[in-house]
Amino acid sequence: MSETLFVQLLDLAVGLVLVCAFVVLWRRGLGAIVHALTVQGVALAAVAFLLGVHEEHAELIGAAALVLVLKGVVLPRVLLRIIRDSDETREVEPFVNVTASLLAAAGLTLLAYATSRDVVALDPGPETSAIPIGIAVALIGFFVLATRRKAVTQIVGFLLLDNGIALVAFLATAGVPLIVELGVALDVLLAVFILQVLTTRMRAKFGVTDLNQLRELRD
Amino acid sequence: MRTLVVLVPLFPVAAGVIVGAAGWRALTAWVGPLAAAIVTGAGVVLAVGVLDDGPVTALDRLLRADALSAYMIIVIGSVALVATSYGVGYVRAELEHGHTTARRARIYGVLVQGFIAAMLTAVLADNLGVLWVAVEATTIATAFLVGHRRTRASLEASWKYVVIGSVGVALAFLGTVLVYFASRHAGGDAEASLNWSTLVTLAPSLDPGVVRLALGLLVVGYGTKIGLAPMHTWLPDAHSQAPAPVSALMSGVLLSVAFYALLRYKVIADAALGTGYVRGLLVAGALLSLAVAASLLLAQRDYKRMLAYSSIEHMGLVALGVAIGTPLAVGAALLHILGHGIGKAVLFCSSGEILHVTGTTEIAGVRGLLVRQPFLGGIFGLGVLALLGLPPFSLFASELAIARAGVADGMGWAVGVAFVLVFVIFAAMVGHAQRMLLGEPDVADVDGPSRRMSTTSAVPLVVGMAALALLGVSIWPIERLLEAAARVVTG
Repeated sequence: MSETLFVQLLDLAVGLVLVCAFVVLWRRGLGAIVHALTVQGVALAAVAFLLGVHEEHAELIGAAALVLVLKGVVLPRVLLRIIRDSDETREVEPFVNVTASLLAAAGLTLLAYATSRDVVALDPGPETSAIPIGIAVALIGFFVLATRRKAVTQIVGFLLLDNGIALVAFLATAGVPLIVELGVALDVLLAVFILQVLTTRMRAKFGVTDLNQLRELRD
Repeated sequence: MRTLVVLVPLFPVAAGVIVGAAGWRALTAWVGPLAAAIVTGAGVVLAVGVLDDGPVTALDRLLRADALSAYMIIVIGSVALVATSYGVGYVRAELEHGHTTARRARIYGVLVQGFIAAMLTAVLADNLGVLWVAVEATTIATAFLVGHRRTRASLEASWKYVVIGSVGVALAFLGTVLVYFASRHAGGDAEASLNWSTLVTLAPSLDPGVVRLALGLLVVGYGTKIGLAPMHTWLPDAHSQAPAPVSALMSGVLLSVAFYALLRYKVIADAALGTGYVRGLLVAGALLSLAVAASLLLAQRDYKRMLAYSSIEHMGLVALGVAIGTPLAVGAALLHILGHGIGKAVLFCSSGEILHVTGTTEIAGVRGLLVRQPFLGGIFGLGVLALLGLPPFSLFASELAIARAGVADGMGWAVGVAFVLVFVIFAAMVGHAQRMLLGEPDVADVDGPSRRMSTTSAVPLVVGMAALALLGVSIWPIERLLEAAARVVTG
């Protein structure tokens, strides 16, 4: 693979990760949101795969396969099951409407570029110059967590945050050591399983999965 | 020695497997306390070993034990010993009253041991990525423990706990990745770059800009787990909803284990950036935590939440000690971690008994406890006195040492503000405890003999308070270890 082709493909995959984050903000249907997240997981795996091929790094190709299975297949299935069980297919009314959300996300992307200047400057190159995108996706994940009130969309926010951080890890250091990668994947998977179980219990107790119901504990 | 390092987290794992296989029975209930006792013993053996021969590494340098790790193992082991021994009687009472089922008791036993194993792995990890994985694993192990009672409130608490905890810790992972990036760039090889022992030697050549960004994320991320304000919001909910022995473990050691992670990063950051940066972040977190704790304790109506806010206060004091950063201050902060761990474990366990006797967690619902239940009231009262920093308990010595070290190091203003807030907290908690302990109990509240605390539940609490008083009189058994552990942090 020639250097220019590598850079073009890498930028394409990284760009796709960011676009998917915006799609999550834009769409109201929960199914569409999960599909955007699935595409993002595949794009993330592609980033890892490209880097692995480019640096002839077998461990990284293994990590790409792990990401593909976890974020492209397993996690979306869990999310789709939650949606299917609930018959709630739309995010009701987010605290912040779609237009304002998209504007905020654009602002967060600029913020990401501003904060990661030091990181990019340390080792300029096609990989590191894409790091701000990872930070931006993480910030958008935060924004989703803060402004959406369905249990599923909160889990989506958490996974966006996680994908953004994983993207930074791949771009900055060609991935963390494999043992850590495996541990992180296991933790994320278990956390999502726990949230799934809690969502089921919440539906049994409250009838809905609207997080506005959670207002019993306060001082 | 090397084998012992690997074995330490495996003792609770073995205990968990036994409870999982055989169920929660009269005999297997004691496997957990046994494992905790062995872990404490192993911590002492490790401490003697590392004090004489220096740090030990194991498993291809994934794990490493130095004086600080050995000290934390002793802290985890002794708090776990109090909490799990009390848990034997607690679960028995829950089963007798039909509050829980045999199946849930078994799951409880397995998860508690998994939780303890994760904390032990965290303090033994040399690889900072493994440290992160272990801290996140504590959230996973405790999520269902918080929601153990399956009420609306406990469901709410566990949702907030998992979401806020995981998101916070995710930020710490981003910080970890950035430290790894800086380390690779400073010439570390792929395998060892994330090892703390390597990072400490590389620290002066790490890029300051990247380290600054990373440390900000790490302080916010691990700070969420520590319960430093303003990231503390999950803590009172989770600690008040979890079963008493789990609250004891979460408040007593989980918060300190997250703090341990920051101690490791502080060493790296101080070498890369100078001491000012982390100090600033920690002082801000400390004073804000104390202020939040003071304001929410004043009008507190729930005694389990009162204990939770008191944990936020004490983590604030530990943060202040670490921010001051002299060997005396760090040693005092470490002693404070042990004192708070044991004291808070005793208090949360006795709060479980109070709930059992009175059926309410409202402060106003408990009156004349000293008359109704002299032993329980006495232990609770002594525990509150210990947490308020009164002699002869060890928190008196550690708070005094933090204050002295702060004044000596030119941080008198921070110490002044902090101790004004501590005084407000003192007044608030004395008021609440007085209402619970003194006063005439209602006639309807006269308790039959069946409500008396069982001996199995009482012994660990008495032993815990006695240990706290002994430590307050003299710290010589752990003095060398404390000094060595503080040297790990101050360099």
